[in-house]
Amino acid sequence: MFYREAGDFKTSYKDDNQTFPIKFDRYRYYAVLFVAFALVPFIVNDYWVNAMLLPFLIYSIAAIGLNILTGYCGQVSLGTGGFMAVGAYACYKFMTAFPEISIIVHVILSGGVTAAVCILFGLPSLRIKGFYLAVATLAAQFFLVWLFNRVPWFYNYSASGQINAPERTVLDIAVTGPNTDAWAKYMFCLVFLTFCALIARNLTRGTIGRTWMAIRDMDIAAEIIGVNPLKAKISAFGVSGFFVGIAGALLFAVYLGAAEAGDSFGITKSFLVLFMIIIGGLGSIFGSFAGAAFLVLLPVLLKNVLVGMLGWPTDLAAHLEFIIVGGLIILFLILEPHGLAQLWRVAKEKLRLWPFPH
Amino acid sequence: MPEQLIFGMEVFLNGLMAGVLYALVALGFVLIYKASGIFNYAQGVMALFSALTLVGIMEGQVPFGHLVNAIFGTEIHGFGWHVPAFAAILLTMGVMILLAWCVQRFVFRDLVGQEPIILFMATIGLAYFLEGVGDLMWGSEIKKLDVGLPQGINAVIDETTFEWFGYGFFIDNLDIVATIIAALLVAALVVFAQYTKQGRAMRAVADDHQAALSVGISLSFVWVMVWSVAGFVALVAGIMWGTKSGVQFSLSLIALKALPVLMLGGFTSIPGAIVGGLIIGVGEKLFEFAVGPLVGGATENWFAYVLALVFLVFRPQGLFGEKIIERV
Amino acid sequence: MNQITPDSYVTADGRTIGGTVMEMKNITLRFGGVVAIKDISFDIRQGEIRAIIGPNGAGKSSMLNVISGFYNPQEGDVFYKGQKRPPMRPYQVARLGIARTFQNIALFEGMSVLDNVMTGRLHHMKAGLFSQALWKGRAEREEVENREAVEKIIDFLEIQSIRKTPVGRLPYGLKKRVELARALAAEPSILLLDEPMAGMNVEEKEDMSRFILDVNDEFGTTIALIEHDMGVVMDLSDRVVVMDYGKKIGDGTPDEVRNNQDVIDAYLGVAHD
Repeated sequence: MFYREAGDFKTSYKDDNQTFPIKFDRYRYYAVLFVAFALVPFIVNDYWVNAMLLPFLIYSIAAIGLNILTGYCGQVSLGTGGFMAVGAYACYKFMTAFPEISIIVHVILSGGVTAAVCILFGLPSLRIKGFYLAVATLAAQFFLVWLFNRVPWFYNYSASGQINAPERTVLDIAVTGPNTDAWAKYMFCLVFLTFCALIARNLTRGTIGRTWMAIRDMDIAAEIIGVNPLKAKISAFGVSGFFVGIAGALLFAVYLGAAEAGDSFGITKSFLVLFMIIIGGLGSIFGSFAGAAFLVLLPVLLKNVLVGMLGWPTDLAAHLEFIIVGGLIILFLILEPHGLAQLWRVAKEKLRLWPFPH
Repeated sequence: MPEQLIFGMEVFLNGLMAGVLYALVALGFVLIYKASGIFNYAQGVMALFSALTLVGIMEGQVPFGHLVNAIFGTEIHGFGWHVPAFAAILLTMGVMILLAWCVQRFVFRDLVGQEPIILFMATIGLAYFLEGVGDLMWGSEIKKLDVGLPQGINAVIDETTFEWFGYGFFIDNLDIVATIIAALLVAALVVFAQYTKQGRAMRAVADDHQAALSVGISLSFVWVMVWSVAGFVALVAGIMWGTKSGVQFSLSLIALKALPVLMLGGFTSIPGAIVGGLIIGVGEKLFEFAVGPLVGGATENWFAYVLALVFLVFRPQGLFGEKIIERV
Repeated sequence: MNQITPDSYVTADGRTIGGTVMEMKNITLRFGGVVAIKDISFDIRQGEIRAIIGPNGAGKSSMLNVISGFYNPQEGDVFYKGQKRPPMRPYQVARLGIARTFQNIALFEGMSVLDNVMTGRLHHMKAGLFSQALWKGRAEREEVENREAVEKIIDFLEIQSIRKTPVGRLPYGLKKRVELARALAAEPSILLLDEPMAGMNVEEKEDMSRFILDVNDEFGTTIALIEHDMGVVMDLSDRVVVMDYGKKIGDGTPDEVRNNQDVIDAYLGVAHD
């Protein structure tokens, strides 16, 4: 009986425009924030943070980024891995070149650099559309990974060809490097995710979000009613690149600690993030979270059940994961192209009317 | 003749033959795209899957042996027999046809009329699924494939070129055979599409689904047929590449090589796939030969893509594709 | 705008028709070898309802596409508010104050009715990326101001009850109305309607005619429309251009056009010998 809009009247357009118009949703949102910021940091251990929470937080940022480009603006990108690499290597260069500046600034700047690179590779989207563009973004993927592998300046001429994150602190607490506490890593990424999600939500519900969706739904008509396609597509590539770059920087600096472009940011990364938004829901910020959570948890679950409990060899579990992920992608595209987020919306709709069917 | 030029000619020839193989994979894409509007990302994985199946059948492996062993604690490893190459190829073809039917029945029948980009993403899902199934069925270790194709340096070319230039070209027999087979296959496919009843049905469906349906052509039959043909092309490609570098995961990546070929040649054009394949094959080998050493090598990883990308910006429909006219 | 110029006049029903707001001069449009529009000139005056009619394939839609900047003609000029309009992209034309609807509805199916109509107000919104990202200052203010303007149009076209419905779920007639709302939201100086009544039943046609007349009457919007239904055209419009095979064969008030021999031939058919 609690999930109702009856009696919750909106008296201004400002109230009507807010993110969670239904009171219960609003309170639940505050509760989630409270748990994430005030409870979780005190109870987590290394395993939880490294196996689940960190990848979830970081991939959520990447998924939000790709969702803006693909889900909102309709431009499919298979270059996410390459763009994450840009974020990672930019962050590495900033960290080593300007050690006196805060890591927070480094990460944000990495996002900016990635946005610029993303815009550069997005320029052809003005001429080519659909899967031509999807394939064209593969050019970015392969070229960028090659660049970071082959040009020694990017990895500071290290003998291994790897980049390693030096120790950096925020408020005298280490957030990168080998001696970092699990909760510190978690909090650092959580803060970034929260800000990214808020920005993404604000952008997608406003003017620029509408131009993106207009381009996605019918690009020719959008141009005729006054959407500048150059501005819409370039801004989508830029904003998307900003988030993806931040995700790449965090993945390298906080989560992996050391990275090599081919291994850490290969084409499988591009597909992983794409799958997250398909399963989670195209064109939905919540869907980005849901998809990231699902694809981060699935391997952990399979490993624990199949390998840990049933004693199967690890490679069998990995193959089964491929089958499940591939099968789910097809299933979601057939049954629910809007992903988990749509299932969630439908459930809420039902709950709102419960116990009546309509 | 200057040495560089002679090396360059050898690189050119090798590039040409690599190009024929790219064209072969690209052809599989074009066929499916023309008949159903589906851009089949799984084509490369289909090649891998067919090669895995072929090896598995020839070696008498038990399908899903590893899985059965893991679940029931048994120790099954093989039937203990060897199937001759020819029979194994036929059996594998049967498996590919079955696969074509399954793909049509369980995936694309429910996606008819969806946007092309949704279909494309579905084939990425299919690629993952198929890769998992292939590995689960036959195991993921690198396997050797030998169906009796000749391999090694071609002595005749080596000797002739040595006589002419004082330098023997290294050209693999396998590449020559592959080129011939690919050329034959392309010719056969063109004849099939142009002159047989099924080929006409296929082209009709490609032109207009509903019109084809209204004159009594069975859509699902045509699609299963097209996927089977694509499966056959994948099998041929799988045999060639599998013999060359072993049957392993990287085989599925040849699909990635075929994509820029398609962008260059246009998704709907069979001649485009062939010319595009040759341009990319020759282009990337020559580029690596000429520019590669200056920039750290391994330019083959991206050259084809960047070439296609630059090309597309100026001619969005590809070399042979139909011109796109926008309407409201 | 709306000032009475020397050449303005007042119609029988009391509306003021002003001077020329848009003029097409010797427009020729070709696709390859096909000539879609051949040397056509006509003008549109401030505040009038101007119809373009003609049989199938006469080049009416092409004409509308030229006006809205989707096609650039090979020959001829478009004059808008007295100035020659250089070739420009469609979105730039839209910003000049020319809004339109489409023959085959072109709504953004993934968005709600409200968002669709809000999209029409794009060039009234100027908040920067940062303001929008933070949802503070200009962005938040503009969102509310423009929402008020949009709600007026939603009231006017009587689509209040569906404002939050995704457009994909609406029936055909309502979609047409939402499309009109989106075009009106731009507060255009010229509104182009491409077959606004195609595929409608009599009742829906009556509704749509009423909305068109009301728009013209209340907002003083100049309207150029293409329509097949001759009865509707003759009732609605102040002046009519008749096209056939890409050429202009008639131009004038509905009564003049009705009695034009060329027009009668084109519609009823004559033996070509």
